[in-house]
Amino acid sequence: MTEPLENIISANADLVSGDEHREYNTLNLGPTHPATHGVFQNVMHMDGELVVDTVQTIGYIHRAFEKLAERRPFYQITPLTDRMNYCSAPLNNLGWHMTVEKLLGINIPKRVDYLRVIIMELARIGDHNICNSVIGVDSGALTGFVYMFQQREKIYEIYEEICGSRLTTNLGRTGGLERNFSDKAWGKLRVFLKEYPKVLKEFEKLLVRNRIFMDRTIRVGPISAERALAYGFTGPNLRAAGVDYDVRVMNPYSSYEDFDFIIPLGTNGDTYDRFMVRQEEMWQSLSIIQQAINKLEKMDDKETYHADVPDFFLPPKEQVYNNMEALIYHFKVVMGETDVPVGEVYHCVEGANGELGFYLVSDGGRTPFRLHFRRPCFIYYQALPEMVRGSMLSDAVLTMSSMNVIAGELDA
Amino acid sequence: MFTRKPDLDNIIVNRLKELFGDDFYSHEFQYDMLSLTVSKTLLMDIMGYLYEDSFFKYRFLTTLCGIHYPGTDKELGVVYHLHSFTHNHRIRIRAFTEIGDLHWPTATGLFPTANWMERETYDFFGIIFDGHPNLIRILNVDDMTDFPMRKNFPLEDQTREDKNDSMFGR
Repeated sequence: MTEPLENIISANADLVSGDEHREYNTLNLGPTHPATHGVFQNVMHMDGELVVDTVQTIGYIHRAFEKLAERRPFYQITPLTDRMNYCSAPLNNLGWHMTVEKLLGINIPKRVDYLRVIIMELARIGDHNICNSVIGVDSGALTGFVYMFQQREKIYEIYEEICGSRLTTNLGRTGGLERNFSDKAWGKLRVFLKEYPKVLKEFEKLLVRNRIFMDRTIRVGPISAERALAYGFTGPNLRAAGVDYDVRVMNPYSSYEDFDFIIPLGTNGDTYDRFMVRQEEMWQSLSIIQQAINKLEKMDDKETYHADVPDFFLPPKEQVYNNMEALIYHFKVVMGETDVPVGEVYHCVEGANGELGFYLVSDGGRTPFRLHFRRPCFIYYQALPEMVRGSMLSDAVLTMSSMNVIAGELDA
Repeated sequence: MFTRKPDLDNIIVNRLKELFGDDFYSHEFQYDMLSLTVSKTLLMDIMGYLYEDSFFKYRFLTTLCGIHYPGTDKELGVVYHLHSFTHNHRIRIRAFTEIGDLHWPTATGLFPTANWMERETYDFFGIIFDGHPNLIRILNVDDMTDFPMRKNFPLEDQTREDKNDSMFGR
């Protein structure tokens, strides 16, 4: 921000100004404040320890993804989606692939759907894992964070076996996954499923009924269901307020209708409820992964990892060198020689922090004509002033971290 | 795929035809969603009707974004995705305007969440939402004068040769 602080405040007229008997302080939280967990700024108007009002300034890491996407073929947009919610990159990747598949009208085999469900639920666990342990850190309990971070490492090792990378995964391809799960990946997944519940239980023991933690989080940063809906909340934040909206159930994708799971709900929409909803969702995700593994074991087919769409799915490399058709398809896929339908699609997945939507307008060319990301963070972060008004500064910090605001997703 | 509800789609189309006449909008089915194109002047009336009506209850604004079709009569548009939790049904509403007339009715009265979405649309397309409480840039720098998501705003040319950077240059 090039402007002095006074100008920012005067441009934001909704900040309350002090009268002659009262003096308000202005506190600048961010852009690089440890409590924001990302690059965004909060200009807070303080009456002593109390927050009178706050104005958010965002856009510090805006990277123009929507504009860049207009110059890139569909498969090159996947790495852009990685960098939105980088705590659960596979969810973004697969959401994007499903959008393209919807545009192209590709039917995905059941086995691929289940493999994708495993990956997506792992990503959800990874994201909630970080968010919840960071709530602990912000309320003063650093220990749990270290244990949970070790488990995130285990999840990243599974990603590594599946797609070769860890944080920004670029996972999956249009029409399926880039390769089948290796034996090593299955092994690591089994070990994770065995060990993670113990760690999660221990973590719950540390915080869930902890008097200090409960006092710090209950009735902190509450939002009613009505206001949450008006502000476009989705995901755990909306469910904490008591609205049972989950895209996985309302508009099932990737065969989620085959799974049996519960949508945890809160009642007060406060920080503790958000924490508990995420906590319960992790248990549900573990159960979904287990169900998916059981379903996959019952299948005779152990090889299918993509749909039969040679026009969009790259052939194996050894075939490209030895087989004429494969070489032609490889060339066509890379050069974008295949016709794409003209049309508009909107597809959404249940991201780790809400409904992650992709609005794709295709004019038949190799790149999107227009691509808009519905980024849940960007939409619900605007409710922060309403949630922290009148609370203590330390509670405002806790509210912010419990909303799970990821700077990459905020700024696109 | 969202579940298509053809009955509900027809009810919406017929009801809007009754209330607002044939001339003000057209409709089409794009994949799994009903897509309405309406005139700018009627936009808020139609959205308000779909919001208030006790049967429809389209009370959740999923997205709001701009779109630019250069070279057409009405170049700039805004696309709304509405969601009715009662019916679990989504619709898309689009409206367009000439490049010379950038004023647009705000949706912040119906949906508080439209606040930042409209700021983003203003930031990238230059559409001025009348009645918006705080219409300033949100993601780009404040002193920017262009509207970068318009099609005539260039991305850096991929084949440029005037850069001489031995490590990162092309």
